[in-house]
Amino acid sequence: MKCGVVVFPGSNCDHDCFHILKHVFKIDTEWIWHKGDVDLSRFDLVVLPGGYSYGDYLRAGAIAKFSSVMKEVVRFANSGRMVLGICNGFQVLVESGLLPGALIQNHTQKFVCKTVSIRVENVSTPFSCECVGKTVLDIPIAHHQGNYFIDSDGLHQLVDNQQIVFRYSGPEGEVIDQYNPNGSVDNIAGIVNEDKNVMGLMPHPERCADPAWPNLDGQLIFKSIIYSLQHGVLL
Amino acid sequence: MKNSNSITITPDIVRQHGLTLEEFSRIEDLLGREPNFTELGIFSVMWSEHCSYKSSRYYLKKLPTTGPRVLQGPGENAGVVDIGDGVAAVFKIESHNHPSFIEPRQGAATGVGGILRDIFTMGARPIALMNSLRFGASDHSRTRFLVNGVVDGISNYGNCTGVPTVGGEIYFDPCYNGNILVNVFCLGLIPSDKIFLGNASGVGNPVIYFGSKTGRDGIHGASMASSEFDESSEEKRPTVQVGDPFAEKLLIEACLELMKEDWVVGIQDMGAAGLTCSTFEMAGRAGTGIDLELSKVPMREAGMTPYETLLSESQERMLVVVSKGMEQNALALFDKWDLDAAVVGEVTDTPMVRIFDNGNPVVNLPVELVVDGALDLKRPTKKPEYLKEVDHVNLGFISEPARGEEILKKLLSSPNIANKHWVYEQYDHMVRLNTLGLPGSDAAVLRVKGSQKALALSVDCNSRYCYLDPFHGAQIAVAECVRNIACSGGDPIGLTNCLNFGNPENPEIMWQFEQAVSGMGEACKFFDIPVVSGNVSLYNETSGEAIYPTPTVAVVGLLEDRSFHTTQWFKEDGDLIALIGLTMEEFGGSEYLKIMCDRVEGKPPHLDLRLAQSVNKLCLELIREKILASAHDCSEGGLAVALAESCMSHPRAPKGATLGIDSTVRNDAFLFGESQSRILISFSAKNRLEVEAKAKAMEVPFAVIGKVGGDSLIVNINGKEFIREEVSHLKQLWFGALETYVG
Repeated sequence: MKCGVVVFPGSNCDHDCFHILKHVFKIDTEWIWHKGDVDLSRFDLVVLPGGYSYGDYLRAGAIAKFSSVMKEVVRFANSGRMVLGICNGFQVLVESGLLPGALIQNHTQKFVCKTVSIRVENVSTPFSCECVGKTVLDIPIAHHQGNYFIDSDGLHQLVDNQQIVFRYSGPEGEVIDQYNPNGSVDNIAGIVNEDKNVMGLMPHPERCADPAWPNLDGQLIFKSIIYSLQHGVLL
Repeated sequence: MKNSNSITITPDIVRQHGLTLEEFSRIEDLLGREPNFTELGIFSVMWSEHCSYKSSRYYLKKLPTTGPRVLQGPGENAGVVDIGDGVAAVFKIESHNHPSFIEPRQGAATGVGGILRDIFTMGARPIALMNSLRFGASDHSRTRFLVNGVVDGISNYGNCTGVPTVGGEIYFDPCYNGNILVNVFCLGLIPSDKIFLGNASGVGNPVIYFGSKTGRDGIHGASMASSEFDESSEEKRPTVQVGDPFAEKLLIEACLELMKEDWVVGIQDMGAAGLTCSTFEMAGRAGTGIDLELSKVPMREAGMTPYETLLSESQERMLVVVSKGMEQNALALFDKWDLDAAVVGEVTDTPMVRIFDNGNPVVNLPVELVVDGALDLKRPTKKPEYLKEVDHVNLGFISEPARGEEILKKLLSSPNIANKHWVYEQYDHMVRLNTLGLPGSDAAVLRVKGSQKALALSVDCNSRYCYLDPFHGAQIAVAECVRNIACSGGDPIGLTNCLNFGNPENPEIMWQFEQAVSGMGEACKFFDIPVVSGNVSLYNETSGEAIYPTPTVAVVGLLEDRSFHTTQWFKEDGDLIALIGLTMEEFGGSEYLKIMCDRVEGKPPHLDLRLAQSVNKLCLELIREKILASAHDCSEGGLAVALAESCMSHPRAPKGATLGIDSTVRNDAFLFGESQSRILISFSAKNRLEVEAKAKAMEVPFAVIGKVGGDSLIVNINGKEFIREEVSHLKQLWFGALETYVG
């Protein structure tokens, strides 16, 4: 199993993702530079990390869409292999058309960094299969443009296809406005594509996956991916 | 490029450059000729207070700067302290006060940018930012605008660069109505044998410029920061630089990659006084000279004069000297990171900086004259008149209250004491996966990856105390930081300071400065903490109204084992609560006096350094034996606020507590007075005898005063109930207050 962590200019959670994959889960992990000749054929999983790719200028993720690496990531995803986009990575996936919807300014118009609860809505994806029995995860968020928007037709499709993986919730799993930290439609925190091999989420699982902290809820997402890859759920 | 050297220099022009006619004569005498206009511009910034430390240098010699862990003391971009296992901590705090008042968002943002560059210029990976912010009265008309701008600026810049903002402090006081303070601290980690310095050594070596292009922003920023404000300060907006955190992020990564190479000779960022300062300082440190060709400098706009190019403070720019022949390797690396770069000069063996514009000489100055030529001033000092009026507390204003709830609620709602989540949730405080505790604790604690160690960081200054007695106020700032670090489980290993004062030409201000530096020096010597870096910000004064003296202190502490990290909140029902230290009848300078009577008077609380040390020692010993469940420092708002915070601040489950206190001092003094050297702890009841025996053996004042449990904070004094309030209610006030003032 081989993982790649993409480095855009301005990525800043790249080291954290790399650390969790390589040092906590002991997976063979490499950096993927954004420009030049990009060959993703050796990877089983590509991670688009958080940060401010290209300074988030114009719109978060909008410039990254045109990078050399994203052309290959689109091809990689369309061939059925796993792509995980966290925070800015989610924004890049949406801008690139690999996931539906858009991520706009938080309704508070402010950056927000804190630990929130998310309810696991679907354990039948390769990114969440290890969440069985754990319905609510505590997980940090840190973003300024994490307000997920999609029109009502799009939302119906997401619901019908069971593409919504995580919703912001209270500690007991209450999906209500009070626990919506950024104004996202339907409290959406993370979704998959129709084929369920691409996931984007605003919360940072890599920030609660290192045994140096008591909260290890983020490990469930990485464990799900590892399980899926090992058992060939997708391949 | 158009040249402005044909301009004739008149006394008016000299004064507009912030130089006295006496200083100008000195330049003429030492130079042996009249400087041209561009050279005058260079002297204007390099001899400014901001760059030359001409008023403060004499006094700063009183600070201890050496120690077995010190790898680099003051004088470089930042200080370096060894933390063992081949790793060193690089840190510094710096002010960006003047620009932040004029344009809060960009002023604060570029303050973050500047301090980050000071750290990674040394070769260190920045891993933590903190800040100390001072604003005017919470109801002052500009405060909300300034707070939002500053916080947004810090948030945007720090978050984008991927360096977590892990802690800090915010105070509001009318003395900052006309001059806010934005002091930013940064810490980085570095292999202790790979420290880079800003030396331009090796004759013939190329000098390379890299980073953002040079534009017309920030010209004369350093001079602006070296004068008072008046009604026309709005006009100074163009002297404020504009930051690009994305460019900074690329610079960080490019620099750290560059510094893996053995052909990097010396490197420095372009901060205050831009290209001028970095060129002269790099040559000055190495005892060499530099020839610079301005037409090679990457420019953002056409038609800039040499004067403008040299004095521009455009952000995110660096200067590096590499071994001759390696320039193409360096340029290729910068190209990889999409950064502008060009060879702009060469190291020479003459101790001169010669600057050319398309081959035409525009500047030819001796390095030493520019870097060290400013007079060391020993400005006159005089004990301020105001001290006669404020040197005692008029107890007539405060009768002893019968109940304490309303006072406690007022204190918890004070913007100085209220929870600061509205601020720190706008900062990414977790990125890089080192933050062990949330901001808002006594000290920020960061693990050191690859080891069991952790670092504890604390920044502090109570400027009311310093106003009432700058000597002891500064000592208290040091002692409080050390106590915060002890509460978190660490020992202090180094200190950096940011000395914010008014106009040094006023003898009363200079007296405050002298007293504060003396007090700080004495406290540092007592605690054996070296001062390894720092910054002086003078002229924090508007139309003759100076800020309170604010010698901000940041202390770095080391935890040999991160499992010693202790938090401030109560953990288990049934745990015993105890107070280490002595409580006296002291009201001077307290938040209580300010909130209840709107008075700032009296002597600051007494500080006994020996007692402070033994209190810390007991706390640390209990922490290291894993006996303590919580430890929290008593500071603003006194014991009552510390108690409430220990009850409220558990991230999930707030706890109640019942206290029974025997006291011989006034109730309000015991609960709201700010006696120093006190730590509130809690521990399992089964350890009571052991804890008491240790306190006794170490001869530290100690008393068990209550028990954790229930939903309310209940305080009985001498058998009579004084406070009974639901913790959830207190928490609501404490948690929401700041937003009502500034949100």
